[in-house]
Amino acid sequence: MSDPARSETFVELANASLTYGRGTSGIVALKQTNLRIAKGDFVALVGPSGCGKSTILKLVTGLLTASSGAVLVSGREVGAIPVRVGMAFQNPTLLPWLRIRDNIHLPLKIVPPFRANFKAKRHSEFKDRADALLKKVGLEGFADKFPWELSGGMLQRASLCRALIHDPELLMLDEPFGALDQFTREELWAIMQDLWLERRPTVLLVTHDLKEASYLANRILVMKPRPGHIVEDCDVDFARPRTIDMTYAPEFVALTQRLRQLIVAGREPGTVAQ
Amino acid sequence: MTKQLRTRIASASVMIGFFVLWEIVCVAFHLREIVVPRPSVILATLWEDLPGIWPHDLQTIYTTLVGFGIGIVAGVLLGILVGSSKLAYDVAYPLLIGFASIPKVAVVPILVLWCGAGTIPAIITAAITCVFPVIVNVATGLATTEPELEDVMRTLRASKLDILRNVGLPRAMPYFFASLKVAVTLAFVGTVISETVASNRGIGNLMMIASSRFDVPLVFAGLLILAVMGVMLYGVFSLIELRVTGWTRRQDMSVSG
Repeated sequence: MSDPARSETFVELANASLTYGRGTSGIVALKQTNLRIAKGDFVALVGPSGCGKSTILKLVTGLLTASSGAVLVSGREVGAIPVRVGMAFQNPTLLPWLRIRDNIHLPLKIVPPFRANFKAKRHSEFKDRADALLKKVGLEGFADKFPWELSGGMLQRASLCRALIHDPELLMLDEPFGALDQFTREELWAIMQDLWLERRPTVLLVTHDLKEASYLANRILVMKPRPGHIVEDCDVDFARPRTIDMTYAPEFVALTQRLRQLIVAGREPGTVAQ
Repeated sequence: MTKQLRTRIASASVMIGFFVLWEIVCVAFHLREIVVPRPSVILATLWEDLPGIWPHDLQTIYTTLVGFGIGIVAGVLLGILVGSSKLAYDVAYPLLIGFASIPKVAVVPILVLWCGAGTIPAIITAAITCVFPVIVNVATGLATTEPELEDVMRTLRASKLDILRNVGLPRAMPYFFASLKVAVTLAFVGTVISETVASNRGIGNLMMIASSRFDVPLVFAGLLILAVMGVMLYGVFSLIELRVTGWTRRQDMSVSG
């Protein structure tokens, strides 16, 4: 906690819980949870399906409202003050009728302050902005293509660009690398790390992949289901920039192994692994 | 390309074959002209009476297109209203089905009562006949928007209007254009119904007068004109659909993985 950038709390869950449905039949997706995330931090949420990882993301972005407790962003209730949020999902969710550049421009069209001069700048400043980002993720020259002309990995790169184009203060990554092949995934990890080091948004990454979490994050929250809750909160202090080679170092392997044990621990013998 | 060509040739042969068969059946069974005229006689009548038919033809097209235009505007607005929320969709649907089930020919006398006979009831009949597929399709297009696409917009704190303009409406476009093809032929039906019941112009009226004079070839000429105009309008809107919503078909061929 010596890093001054990490001292200021940006996201806070205060006794926040979420229940789907009502009464006794309600399913508790997230048990009362307390969590503080510092400004500019990179936090990964790991755990098996149904442990409430995505619920936390949705609470913080305001897609869901907490059943009890409070969710604060920048010191105020979610949505009370405009915070620029970028989000990338497991599916690229690009709009199929728009060219890649127009898809990436979407946040600029919606979010203030860019919104006000979108029409004036879309062919100049904003165009360069999109093209620069595309170049960074290795999609140079694809701006005028339609989503159906790109492969899954390329679409996911474009989706990352869309999440970053409006310089979000808060970046939500909901398993964006989950459906990609190993090599594309590792390449995108490196790109993601570069982008984070360069812009320092506060990142919340949901993932099943412990190696991914350990490579990218400063802090890993391990969660367990029924009801969803956080069981472990550990700092990851490998030097940056990290490389894929580092993921084979003994300390790194030891970390992922410990995380794995935390998640698997307590499962009854014979339970089918998820 | 060759496959497409083959399909076209087959389609044309079936059409020509239909008329040839018709001609043969008429000749072989000595069917009288007053019952079923031969295609050749119909064409000859059409050619001879064209100067007389033409103004009626224009009148019908004019009425159909004006009614269709009104139907589209009303259909899109109502479709947005109905499709904007799950609640509105569920609440409004039974009412819509009820209105759609009323045979439009039953409405014409009321319209005549209100507006007098002539062009106006025909335009209104065309509009109310073609409005339902537009409403239903636009509403369905909006109501079936993928929740993920809306989530993308909601994380950006987009307003309802932003979501409608950037996601909902473009998403509903293929549904809208698909409905136009159906709607334009329905507008035709509405026009002709109204012209038949209460008008002194238009193809519907022409056919009424012709049948009262037992001029059966002229009645069939009227039918032929209606069919040709229907196919042409359908073709025009298919082309527009193809141009505007190409992404839906391309998407199926997209690369995955």
